[in-house]
Amino acid sequence: MTSISKNVQSVSASGIRKFFDIVAEMKDVISLGVGEPDFVTPWRMREACIYSLEQGRTNYTSNWGLLELRQLIAQHLQNLYKVSYTPENEILVTVGVSEALDLALRAIVDPGDEVILFEPCYVSYAPCVTFAGGVPVTVETSAETGFVPSLEAVRKAITPRTKAIMLSYPSNPTGATADRKSLQDIVNLAREADIFIISDEIYDRLTYVGEHVCVSSLEGARERTILLNGFSKAYAMTGWRIGYACAPPEVAESMMKIHQYVALCAPITAQETAIEALSAGEQSVQDMRAEYNMRRRLIVKRFNDCGLSCSEPRGAFYAFPSVKKTGLSSEEFSERLLHSKHVVVVPGNAFGASGEGYVRAAYATSFEKIEEAMQRIGEFVESLPQAVGAL
Amino acid sequence: MNDLHDILKILEKDGRITSSQIADMLQKPLEDVERVIAGAEASGVIRRYKAVVDWEKAGDHRVAAFIDVKVTPTRGVGFDDVAERIYNFREVVSVYLVSGEYDLRVVVEGSTMQEVANFVSQKLATVDRVQSTASHFVLKRYKEDREIFADAPPDHRLAVTP
Repeated sequence: MTSISKNVQSVSASGIRKFFDIVAEMKDVISLGVGEPDFVTPWRMREACIYSLEQGRTNYTSNWGLLELRQLIAQHLQNLYKVSYTPENEILVTVGVSEALDLALRAIVDPGDEVILFEPCYVSYAPCVTFAGGVPVTVETSAETGFVPSLEAVRKAITPRTKAIMLSYPSNPTGATADRKSLQDIVNLAREADIFIISDEIYDRLTYVGEHVCVSSLEGARERTILLNGFSKAYAMTGWRIGYACAPPEVAESMMKIHQYVALCAPITAQETAIEALSAGEQSVQDMRAEYNMRRRLIVKRFNDCGLSCSEPRGAFYAFPSVKKTGLSSEEFSERLLHSKHVVVVPGNAFGASGEGYVRAAYATSFEKIEEAMQRIGEFVESLPQAVGAL
Repeated sequence: MNDLHDILKILEKDGRITSSQIADMLQKPLEDVERVIAGAEASGVIRRYKAVVDWEKAGDHRVAAFIDVKVTPTRGVGFDDVAERIYNFREVVSVYLVSGEYDLRVVVEGSTMQEVANFVSQKLATVDRVQSTASHFVLKRYKEDREIFADAPPDHRLAVTP
């Protein structure tokens, strides 16, 4: 019997799957494990999509994506971050940021090239590096430093084989953001080492404290940065699978080359909807952000009140409290919480070894459910014998 | 001012939320939130707290109608005195001054269509300077106060996603 490639075999399936199976058999579950908005796509966008279907817009588009959409993306980035990208040859519309990430890595990574990741990070980064033939190199971060690594740690991780640094602020799972100075320092390092930066900024619009810093807008960054973004989080459009990448022409062309052969184009219906999102979706973004922000404050307060230390997540829609004081590992905590109180959180180690000791709790769920879930988590923590005295 | 605005937006959506929950959601001291709410209540910015009720579902088949009213305005008071004569009737739920063909839009409720019709012909249409009325009976409520009166679609999301 012939076999699966060693490269693919080397990657294990996501640890989150196990929880999914347990939850499927339970009733009365409150899930803080969902990595997507609880809002459905605003009706204005869905209605625009329906209209596009009525008009028979069911064809392929340019490999790059609809020009109108690329022009709107360029305008959007210009308005928000004063970053200029040329719609014709620097913006590629993709099947979500997931595809954009894959394209970016495959466009720049040669076998054995190293890509630096800051952990804890989104579950796809390391596997995608591996699939592209590269070697993921992780730099661990912790709550104490706001989940932004020290410059020294990043410098140490750079070797002659390093091809790129992967940035992702605001972060899934930690909700951390990075300030201008820290990002500029990393950009300067990348310039010294002459390596690429891949910046996944899918949560940019969900920044609650301070400004979001678009990495491409930093001095000396644009020429070596592949900026990834999309519509899933800000516009509650996860299932539409629509994102984009912005990069200097040579990189964008190379990504387009792969995209043209593996995907041809992003679905036109999603592209039409994205046009409506950028043209008329701003108020919806503001409304949803305001709602997340209130839930964010509430959930952080509740975690700290029940003795699970939770630093303030400044972006995305995740709280990342420490469960170390309970004496349980991330997985033990999550499994026991699920079995005894029917509340789902995701163990932090699903996002890398440095996520051990934390759990990820998404507050992309209603205020009432958050209150109920936190009530149950409080009871669970109190019921732990280890907790006595430690809290 | 900003605090007041944020608090009002929360209360407009859910009048039963506690001050302490609001304080946590806005990361403000409880005393501040309580003070702002008390101030808004005292000054009449918050008129009162109510529930949005689906009376149909509750089995209470009350009748509502929008009555458009054309009024001859008077120098000095415009439409205000006529509006006042109208809004003081207990049958009247809302009164708005509107642009367009008619001047006042009056929402009237009663227990039967006959009751509402009688009220319009005997009380509303006979108010001084009311020239004419046009009645529109409500046949079905789809959405009121931003609340859609249909069952919310289920949450289709997977319980755990990265």
